Amino acid sequence: MPSVSMTSVGRTIATIDGNEAVASVAHRVNEVIAIYPITPSSPMGEWADQWTADKRRNVWGTVPSVVELQSEGGAAGAVHGALQSGALTTTFTASQGLLLMIPNMYKIAGELTPTVFHVAARSLAAQGLSIFGDHSDVMAARATGFAMLCSSSVQEAMDFAAIAHAATLETRLPFLHFFDGFRTSHEVAKIEVLSDDDLRALIDEGLILEHRGRALSPDHPVLRGTAQNPDVYFQARETVNPYYAACPEITQKIMDAFAARVGRAYRLFEYHGAADADRVVVLMGSAAEAAHETVDALLARGEKVGLLRVRLFRPFDVRRFVEALPASTRTLAILDRTKEPGSAGEPLYLDCVNAIHEGLTNGWGGLTTAPRIVGGRYGLASKEVTPAMLKGLFDHLRVERPQNHFTLGINDDVSHTSLAYDPEFSIEPDRVIRSVFYGLGSDGTVGANKNSIKIIGEDTGNYAQGYFVYDSKKAGAVTVSHLRFGPDPIRSSYLITRANFVGCHQWGFLERYDMLSSLVPGGTFLLNSAYGPDDVWARLPRTVQEQLVAKHAKLYVIDAYQVARTSGMGGRINTVMQVCFFAISGVLPKDDAIAAIKQSITKTYGNKGDEVVRMNFEAVDRTLAQLFEVRVPERADGTIAMPPPVPPEAPRFVQEVTAPMIAGRGDELPVSALPADGTYPTGTAKWEKRNIAAEIPVWDPDVCIECGKCAMVCPHSVIRIKVYEPERLAGAPPTFKSCDARDREWQGLKYTIQVAPEDCTGCGICVDVCPAKNKSQTRLKAINMTPQPPLREPERDNWNFFLTIPELSRQRVKIGTIRQQQVQEPLFEFSSACAGCGETPYIKLATQLFGDRMIVANATGCSSIYGGNLPTTPWTQNADGRGPAWSNSLFEDNAEFGFGFRLSIDYQRAFASELLRGLAGRIGDDLAHAILTAEQKDEADIFEQRDRVAALKEKLGAIDSVEARRLLGVADMLVKKSVWIIGGDGWGYDIGFGGLDHVLASGRDVNVLLLDTEVYSNTGGQMSKATPRGAVAKFAAGGKEAPKKDLGMIAMSYGTVYVARVAMGAKDEHTLKSFLEAEAYPGASLIIAYSHCIAHGINMTTAMQNQKAAVDAGQWLLYRYHPDRAARGENPLQLDSPAPKIPVERFMYLENRFKMLTKSQPEDAKRLLQAAQDDVDARWKLYEHLAAKREG
Amino acid sequence: MDLTTSYLGMTLRSPLVPSASPLSAELDGIRRMEDAGAAAVVLYSLFEEQLVRDRRELYHHLTAGTESFAEALTYFPEPSEFHLGPEGYLEHVRKAKEAVAIPVIASLNGTSVGGWTSYARQMQDAGADAIELNVYTIPTDPNETAAQVEQAYVDILHAVKSAVTIPVALKLGPFFSNMASMARRLDEAGADALVLFNRFYQPDIDLETLEVRPHVLLSTPQAMRLPLTWIGILHGRIRADMAATSGVHEAEDVLKLLMVGANVTMVCSALLQRGIDHLRTIERRLCEWMETHDYRSVRQMQGSMSQRNVADASAFERAHYVSSLHSYRPA
Repeated sequence: MPSVSMTSVGRTIATIDGNEAVASVAHRVNEVIAIYPITPSSPMGEWADQWTADKRRNVWGTVPSVVELQSEGGAAGAVHGALQSGALTTTFTASQGLLLMIPNMYKIAGELTPTVFHVAARSLAAQGLSIFGDHSDVMAARATGFAMLCSSSVQEAMDFAAIAHAATLETRLPFLHFFDGFRTSHEVAKIEVLSDDDLRALIDEGLILEHRGRALSPDHPVLRGTAQNPDVYFQARETVNPYYAACPEITQKIMDAFAARVGRAYRLFEYHGAADADRVVVLMGSAAEAAHETVDALLARGEKVGLLRVRLFRPFDVRRFVEALPASTRTLAILDRTKEPGSAGEPLYLDCVNAIHEGLTNGWGGLTTAPRIVGGRYGLASKEVTPAMLKGLFDHLRVERPQNHFTLGINDDVSHTSLAYDPEFSIEPDRVIRSVFYGLGSDGTVGANKNSIKIIGEDTGNYAQGYFVYDSKKAGAVTVSHLRFGPDPIRSSYLITRANFVGCHQWGFLERYDMLSSLVPGGTFLLNSAYGPDDVWARLPRTVQEQLVAKHAKLYVIDAYQVARTSGMGGRINTVMQVCFFAISGVLPKDDAIAAIKQSITKTYGNKGDEVVRMNFEAVDRTLAQLFEVRVPERADGTIAMPPPVPPEAPRFVQEVTAPMIAGRGDELPVSALPADGTYPTGTAKWEKRNIAAEIPVWDPDVCIECGKCAMVCPHSVIRIKVYEPERLAGAPPTFKSCDARDREWQGLKYTIQVAPEDCTGCGICVDVCPAKNKSQTRLKAINMTPQPPLREPERDNWNFFLTIPELSRQRVKIGTIRQQQVQEPLFEFSSACAGCGETPYIKLATQLFGDRMIVANATGCSSIYGGNLPTTPWTQNADGRGPAWSNSLFEDNAEFGFGFRLSIDYQRAFASELLRGLAGRIGDDLAHAILTAEQKDEADIFEQRDRVAALKEKLGAIDSVEARRLLGVADMLVKKSVWIIGGDGWGYDIGFGGLDHVLASGRDVNVLLLDTEVYSNTGGQMSKATPRGAVAKFAAGGKEAPKKDLGMIAMSYGTVYVARVAMGAKDEHTLKSFLEAEAYPGASLIIAYSHCIAHGINMTTAMQNQKAAVDAGQWLLYRYHPDRAARGENPLQLDSPAPKIPVERFMYLENRFKMLTKSQPEDAKRLLQAAQDDVDARWKLYEHLAAKREG
Repeated sequence: MDLTTSYLGMTLRSPLVPSASPLSAELDGIRRMEDAGAAAVVLYSLFEEQLVRDRRELYHHLTAGTESFAEALTYFPEPSEFHLGPEGYLEHVRKAKEAVAIPVIASLNGTSVGGWTSYARQMQDAGADAIELNVYTIPTDPNETAAQVEQAYVDILHAVKSAVTIPVALKLGPFFSNMASMARRLDEAGADALVLFNRFYQPDIDLETLEVRPHVLLSTPQAMRLPLTWIGILHGRIRADMAATSGVHEAEDVLKLLMVGANVTMVCSALLQRGIDHLRTIERRLCEWMETHDYRSVRQMQGSMSQRNVADASAFERAHYVSSLHSYRPA
């Protein structure tokens, strides 16, 4: 391959990330790989699966078997089994996934079974979930008996993956090889790739045979996994000690052998610094790289400091640890990237304290007196660890009594644990070129930068590093790329704060982000601008001008969208901006750079056809003529100011806590600003005006038939309908639109459809479903996409006015038809879901119908991210302050979590009823009776019950008794509560299925909304058991062979569960009816909702048409199973979709998930298509038969 | 009865050739055509536009939404290899050649000169006996002159002829200012046959949804009048063979088209409507008619009623149209 150079010993140089580096080794030295997706380790499984699909062989010539399980617990079980029966086996995981593996890990270790678990170390969900990196997960597994080996860079991740596999076979201890999630797993770096020969040389095949010899086999049967009594368990547990004692020595021996062959030498405890250091910091993981750099910088200043990097954390070799410390050490700071609340200290700290004590006791090492030892926490959830912070720590260690149990990198104004540091301190060397790029996910910025890094890494002698900060928003996601390159190895494991080059790929960012604060004086600012070199200056916000002037910056502009469009690239400006970067930065001679870019384009896109390559080439060729340098004037003269992140009328919490997070200044928030128990206010998304839509829908009342469909499908609740008294129009802004309400029951009222212009994502799905056409120009409908910028201000006024119009009383709304129901206020708005999301319309519908009495258990996944990822939440409240209460427990336990809600509510309600009966005499029998017998079957009933409970509470306030006070505490439970359990198919079909099944069987009144996207959407489209046959998904690269699980049928088999299968895009009234029936049914209800998804490879604007096609083809049956019908002697199953009208091919090949198989494996595609059609035919026959059956 | 005819330099057992249609998408269909007496088969068309669209679509869907969100940097696995070119079609040509003994004519609809030539060459390499160029464009640019449109046809033909050695037929529509002149130019440019005429896309309107529907109309027997007219006029004036297509439903249609000068008659809609076995019926009735009317061979009748060979040559021209109008009386 042209861009991968070979080293002298046959190894290749590659520019890859940590996950790929580890997977590359793991796939080559294993036979069975059991996987399950979890961030940030998923790509390791994806690589392994892809390579196996490509028939790539391991170093012994066979293709490893890669299998996805239903959970990490399942993966660990499969690993245990495969190991016990003799295969070389591995897995990849992180965070809660590792926790689910722990039971098996004890077994695997207890049985002295060689394996390596590769972990992209990540935070654990506590007060909140975080996908980012720290050591909380691996520290929770430290008692399992696994050896724990930590790598701190991409190169080390590859090297240690190999060393761990060699060491596990020889030591017989299973290894947990871990590296920092994102910082290492996702950092792209130039590394040397170990060759197959290296791996073969490192791993002793004799040990593999021994592993096989120990395996369970009927040919030499043994018993393993006994139950042991008090007489022997203890002794048996102690049998393993020699193996643990030998492990460090063996691991070091393998590291030495590795060094002899490969040239990179590693120590279990590796000291770097002054031989006579007085202050030493101990840590492990990627921060050791930053610490290494910092120590070098301080040594250069004559300071006596050192770093002790821990590589083998378990078994902890006390002697080696103390022997690695300089005898001169007077102060030792142990840094843990985890938190163990309530402990005497974090794990590494405690181990080191003990080691020093044991070392001194035994006379090991050079220390003669105990140094002062302090421990501290740093870097939780990928919090930055910079040389500035580390220098702050070294400085602090000079004091006589340094603070113990400190924190680094935050402002802890509550417990005052944090150490001060000078954030201006920087040791970025001049020889390293540093560039930061701000882009949108959709514009291809990250892809281009990954490409640039590869070009620089593989076409020049430079070392290169790329790290990418992604958004937690799925629509309009912002990305920030940090690129370094230079002649020396790059250890800077932190973001760039001193950039030579800043690229702003989106004009809109100028008003949202302070991009120039990191630009060094004389640095370069490249701006993608529709304004040319002569006009751009006046259009820049004043603060941007001021910074450019003050820094004597060079300014370049390019109209990248223009170039991309004329080259056929649409909105992807990646290639254009990449060319600009190379042209300006001069990292390569211009012609060489162009040639390298073109070569890279051919390599990246060659397999996708000539046109794609040609388009990109054209973009390369057109770019340079459109790139202009702009002379920066001597003074700023602009008048454009940066708007505040939230408007001044936002609540205090939003102003003080949410706003800094929105503005990218969340790192500055002190501990005291944040809730201690993870409780946050709802209704905050509305304060974050993102303005990400290029076009927004505009209503045309003259054409509108007031059907409500546009509002129903709007994934972001930005299309609202209100019906109101005409006098409410007084004071309306000049462009506010209204018309007469057409519905007979609303005669005399006015009707308005209003769009929230600054919250819309511009998906256009509303326009697609609008059935009303303009009779003079049929291309126009009752709602039409129109450019947003000129509408922003007038429509903002209209929206604000619209909000002042009161909601129509819920008693006046007939909720059985969409045209009326859609005037109900949604209590889920402006989520960060993808533009055109197929899940959110269902959630929104539930909140419109039941939101004011809804309590939601939300499984981890897309819906928990767009529903609960800070800074804001779309879950909101009505004017009375009522709205959904929401929580996310875990991925696997969601049904049980929601079930707990039901148990609690039912208990409290029963308790309240009991108390009320006892107090009836004092309350008034009539009121008590009315409350206790209220059916609460519709809005009017519930409204009245609320009034009654309010009256009750008022009376209770006047009664001085224990019972009255108790009743006051639970009285609200006398108003019906609606328990909703929401999650995706990864949860309901796979990891949470056992719990879901149990909860459905319980018969308790819960409503399960299963948003079926047919893949694990949040982690990037991995196969679940909901994935239909023939679909391509991650872990099913060759098309899924097995048919989709029929979850509805399983639920129906109980006979007591209400089950509905719905697809809003096919039959919206059916969806509405199903929601109403499900909620009204007093037992367990399951709604399986077809949710189109970006992972289907479809046009999201017309995605509702895909839903319809799925139903028309019989791929997705609509039905309702109502147990009450059976009680009435009727067939409980009603089939609500007609017999298939079109062949399933017509549906399937609308979607890339099916179609791409025809391009990758045409023969399999044909076979699976036929199988899919057979599935449809058989399913239809079965359901038709069941629905036609007469009961009784 | 001698039904043999020559077309594209090949001797065919009869003038009955199924034209490009979905019926030839499966090998089984092609085998059944041969069994039913098809003298050759024109495979369904390879559309370069479709290949390009598929590639762009795949590229779009593999990149859409990627590198945006930390947990999902991509949404699809990416196989190292995609079959995005004409591989499937070429494989079909190969398999068709193995499956049947009758000539297999590949059909190509290109959009770029490079596409026309490279795909044509690959079709030849895959074993096609001849290539039918399905020039299926509807000029809508008001700035494009008739001369430019015509020249494009000639250029495509030139390019393909210079790229392959097997015979090349050109299927085209009737909408030229002077069809005779166009036919002559294509003849001079080396066309081995003209296939008259292509049935161009004519959309319909759905009154309920107010949408334009891409509704494909099957031909009716009346449609054969147009090829009948022009084959009749062109017979003897150009060197290239002529295939009649559009509206060939019954043996009578075949007879008429052969008599005006068609080398072969191509059947499509009738087979889609009545099944492939309808070919047998046409052939049987063709033979019956010829026997009844004492014809010995197809060649005997070919061109017998072309403009050059009929008694009243003006019957093919406007003068006759005027008289036919005069004779028209509503029922």
